[in-house]
Order: sequence, then C-alpha cells, then structure tokens
Amino acid sequence: MKPNDYPKKFLLDLYRTMVLIRQFEERVKFLFLEGVMPGTIHQYQGEEACATGVCAALEPDDVVTTTHRPHGHCLAKGLSTGEMMAELFGRTTGCCKGKGGSMHMGNLSKGVVPAIAIVGGNVPVATGVALAFKMKREPRVAVSFMGDGATNEGAFHEAVNMGSTWKLPIVYVIENNLYGASTPVGMVTNTATLAERAAAYGIPGERIDGNDVLAVYEAAKKAVARARSGGGPTLLELITYRITGHSRRDPALYQPEEERKQAKENEPIGRFRKVLLAGTLATEEELETITADVNREIEESVMAAMAAPEPAPEDALEDVFAENNS
Amino acid sequence: MKRMTIAEALREGIRGEMRRDKRVFCIGEDIAIPGGWGGAFTVTLGLEQEFKERMINSPISESGLFGAALGAAMMGMIPLADVQYGDFLFCAMDQVANQIAKMRYMSGGRLTVPLVMRAPVGATGRGAQHGQSLEPFFLPLQGIKILVPATAYDALGLFRSAVRDGNPVLIFEHKLLYGSKGARAETGAIDASSEIPDEDYTVPIGKAVVRRTGKDATIIATLLMMHRSLQAAELLAQEGIEAEVIDPRSLVPFDEETVRASVGKTGRAVIVEESPKRGGIGAEIAAMLAESAAESLLAPIKRVAAPNIPVPFAPPMENFYVPSVERIVTAVRDVCAYGT
Repeated sequence: MKPNDYPKKFLLDLYRTMVLIRQFEERVKFLFLEGVMPGTIHQYQGEEACATGVCAALEPDDVVTTTHRPHGHCLAKGLSTGEMMAELFGRTTGCCKGKGGSMHMGNLSKGVVPAIAIVGGNVPVATGVALAFKMKREPRVAVSFMGDGATNEGAFHEAVNMGSTWKLPIVYVIENNLYGASTPVGMVTNTATLAERAAAYGIPGERIDGNDVLAVYEAAKKAVARARSGGGPTLLELITYRITGHSRRDPALYQPEEERKQAKENEPIGRFRKVLLAGTLATEEELETITADVNREIEESVMAAMAAPEPAPEDALEDVFAENNS
Repeated sequence: MKRMTIAEALREGIRGEMRRDKRVFCIGEDIAIPGGWGGAFTVTLGLEQEFKERMINSPISESGLFGAALGAAMMGMIPLADVQYGDFLFCAMDQVANQIAKMRYMSGGRLTVPLVMRAPVGATGRGAQHGQSLEPFFLPLQGIKILVPATAYDALGLFRSAVRDGNPVLIFEHKLLYGSKGARAETGAIDASSEIPDEDYTVPIGKAVVRRTGKDATIIATLLMMHRSLQAAELLAQEGIEAEVIDPRSLVPFDEETVRASVGKTGRAVIVEESPKRGGIGAEIAAMLAESAAESLLAPIKRVAAPNIPVPFAPPMENFYVPSVERIVTAVRDVCAYGT
C-alpha cells in the first residue's frame, strides 16, 4: 500500500505515537541528567517505528512483553505518560506503585506485562501468554519484543521452538539496533540475518526496515493475522538504530561517527514526516501542533509525578505474596 | 478412606484440582505420553486419558517451560509445572528466580501468579546431578512458597493448598518417599503412604506438625530425614531418651512458633538435613533459635547434615553422605549430655 491509501487519521496517529515516544524519552533523559530522576534508564530514541508499527497492528486486549528498554512499547500499547512518568520518579501513582521503575514498566490491564529486564527472559513468558490464549480459545495474540542480543540467549531458542511446535498465536519481534549494549551484532552472531533463524524452528522469518513505520505495520499486520487465525508464530527482524546511549550516560563512542550521521538521516520520525509532507497528507502546521500537544502532555505528567507522594519506606514490605484467594 | 502412596496421592490431587477448576493444567517433561512414565516418578501417569488438552508435554527446555508457565499464570491459568529431577531447576533458574518469584512484586501487587512447581529431590544412586537436595538454593528467593511433604496425607493436602494459594509455590518431593511402582520403583524406598480421607481436605501452608512428642530433645527434619528421625527417636527411647520430632512441612513460610515452643519445652535442638551443612536449612533454623530462643537452650544446637561435597555415586560413599539414623541418634545423645 502507498501512504495515500491509508486513512489520514491512522497516519497522524502513527506520527503522534512516534513523536510521543521521542519527546518522552528526550524529557526523561534531561530529567535524568539533571539528577532529578533516580535509577537508570535504557532509552528508545531512534527505534520508535518498531513499537509504533507493531502495536498499531494489535487489538487493545492483545498482550506484549518487553525488555529493559520498555518505554516505547509501553507508550505504543497505551500506557499513559502520567503512570509512566510517576513510575520513573518512584511515586505511588506509578503503574507499578514505584516497585518496578524504568526496567519493569508495564500495566497488564493495557496489555503490557511488566517489563522483564533479563535479556531473553521475556520470550518464554510471552510464549506462555500465547499458550493461555490458545488453551482458553481466546482470539488474542501475544507479542514478544526483544533486542538482537536476546537471540543469542537459550531462552529465545527454547521459546521459539515451543511457540512453533504448539502453533501458538504469537509474534516474535527482534529490534535489531546493531548493538548488544556496545557489542556489534556481527561480532557475536555468524548468520547474515537474524530473521533466518526462524528456519530452524519451521516458522516464517522476515527482515524489515524497522525505521519505516508503514513497512513495520504491514509486516506486523500480516504476522498478527497469521497468529490470530491459528497459523502460528512469525519471527520479524526490524533493522533500526539507537540514536542515544545504551543506558544512563553512555556516550556510545563505539558507534562510528559516519554510521551515526547516516542513522540520524535515517531516523524514523524525520523519514515519516517527509512521507507525510510529500504526499500532502499533512501540513507542517498540523505536525507542529501534534508535537506541541505531545510536549504539553509530557510536561503535565512531569508536574503530576513530581507532586505525587513518595512511597513510605515500609511500603517495600507489601506485595510479595497475594493474600490467599482460594 | 483409601491407602495411597505419595505418587498416588499427588495423582489424585492433580486429577481432583483439574476436575474442580478448568484453569488448572500440567506442563512438564515426559508427561502425557501414552505408554510413557507419567513424569519421572509416575505422578501424572494416565492423566492424559481424561485431560488430553490440559496435559502439555514440554520439550526438554526448562527455561522455556517455566517461563511459559509464568506467562500462562498471569493470563488466568493455574499451571502445574514440573521437572524430572529437581537438579534441572538450575536450567530454569532465570525464570524461577528473576521472573516467577518477583513478577507480582515488580508489578506493585497488580499481578497474581498462581503457579505450582514440583521437583523431585534426594540422593538415590544417581550421583551428583540427579540427587541433590535443593531446598537451600531456593530458601532465599523472596516470592516463592516452599513445601516439603513427608507423607501422602500431607502431599495431597499441601498440594491442594498450593493450587488454591494464588502464588508461586514450589513443592520438593523425595524420590524415596514417592512409592512409585513398576519400572519406576526406587531401591531403598521408604513407606510414606497414608490413609487418605474421601473428603476434600487441605493441609495449611506454613503449619508444622509434631510427629512424635518427647521431653528431652527436639529433632527438626523434613522429607526422608523426618522418617529417619522418627526411627532414631524409637532407638533413643530404648535408652530412655524421649525425642520430639517436628516436621515443618513448609519451609516458606516457616512455622517458627511450633519449633520454638518445642525447644522451649525440651531445651535441646537437633536439625537434620540431607543437603550439605554449609548454607543449609539447618543454618537458618539454628540462627532463628539462637536469636529468639537462646534462653531456653540447655545445650548447643546441633546440625546433622551431609558433608560439604557433591553427592557421590558409589553406595558406600552415598550412604556416608546422606545422614543416617545412627548419626541422628548420636547427635541427640550428645545434646542430651548437657544440662542434666
């Protein structure tokens, strides 16, 4: 499909979600570097088209699992900036009441399992989510988001084999940003693509330009439809690039200058902006309005989070076990 | 009322819970294979005939299967996940320790994880990788309840409680206590069968039981060691020493009250465990008593444990490794030499 074949609202929603993720991450980075925000952060700048395109293909009651780099997936799946910002500040109003923080962000009522920050750890869990959907005969789909690094974990191979063998309604989504922390993917993997690993498990694998939000959406739509109709899993490899450090204050000096320069020209929001303007699908003014709205929403979330109560120290003792619910 | 072994009682328990609640399903290795074993120790034997779709035979992928169990549990199912040998839990350790134990906490209490894990333990002629008693590795994990049933009655009652608890519960079962039959029978097995009532009884999690009363010393022991401690107590009685034997049945939560009350009465404590002494369950119980019951102690606390070595294979060495009735008798005699 050409861009002009999509409804305008759909296209502008995609744009808005990507801008929301970018602006949220930039604001969080600033707050973090200012020393206002506690903890550590793994950010998603440059990879926005991946979460946005995949989640646009999902229904509200579909469920995703995410990683140590979860902010983009959470926003794309519908968590509010308010519950997320409050969680980052460790406030009681956060989506995990301050017990999760950046690396365990999530809200299952919005279809995001609290993030699993052990590389590869979420892949079996998403597979179990899909197993439950299949056993309960619910027409729901699970998505496991992971980085390129996760595909070298045993958990990945165990889980994809299970998903395939049991024909589960799941899509395995690799966001290949070319680096596992600071290690180039080619230094630790001896296949030309990660998508071809799908062949080992008898499922389709496809490599997609992960910075082209419409290409991601189309690939995800196909994979989700296949999963929902009982066709089993698909492995998608989305090629993208992280235009910020791995975590905290990482200056990413391992990314060559030239590569970074190209990546900035290839980043998904600028690219989609050009598409929208070239196709006269939106005006500069409309896009600026979206950015301004998003910035206002984020600013409100910061104010609300900073005004929200901190947990009492002894609140730490709660929530280990559920009360007996027999 | 019917006499059952632990394997039979657990099988009845699984059957009953699966009939009672459609959310309950089994996921494990070598289960649900017609003509197969019903897991390594026959617990799930034949259940596939009644519950074809709820008996999920997993690939040999422990990380995958425990992760999948967690995912299904969060979506409202109640998985019963098991491994052939407890030792294989180490392959699943990321899922068990990082995910299953902590998911509810990380979510700020918004998620529940109703999930039962079962794992056979105990040295039984299989050497270092199929014979460990793993309880001490799991004790420090916050967010998992740990049960150690020594009789068929407790195995069934605790199993029902575990399924209905709404939290991750790990049940350690001893290979020599199952009473597995046929080709899966164990050499050196001990009869742990019980009269099982017809009604739907449960055994509460976190409640110890006094297996034998006595005034001179308290023996605290679980699983196979509990049975050996009862044998030791009978021998001691012949020499006029009356030992009280306490079976905690549940390591997390732990019934400190019952243990303290007994030690308060006898003034002497001997803790028996099948795993090595270093970092063992006995260390934890001894520390608890030292902190909160020191004033009632007439003698030093004694631990009877395996030496700090892997489980050896050759029978003379394995017999040396696993605490014997004689070692328990000697330890109780030793503590009874104090304060009289």
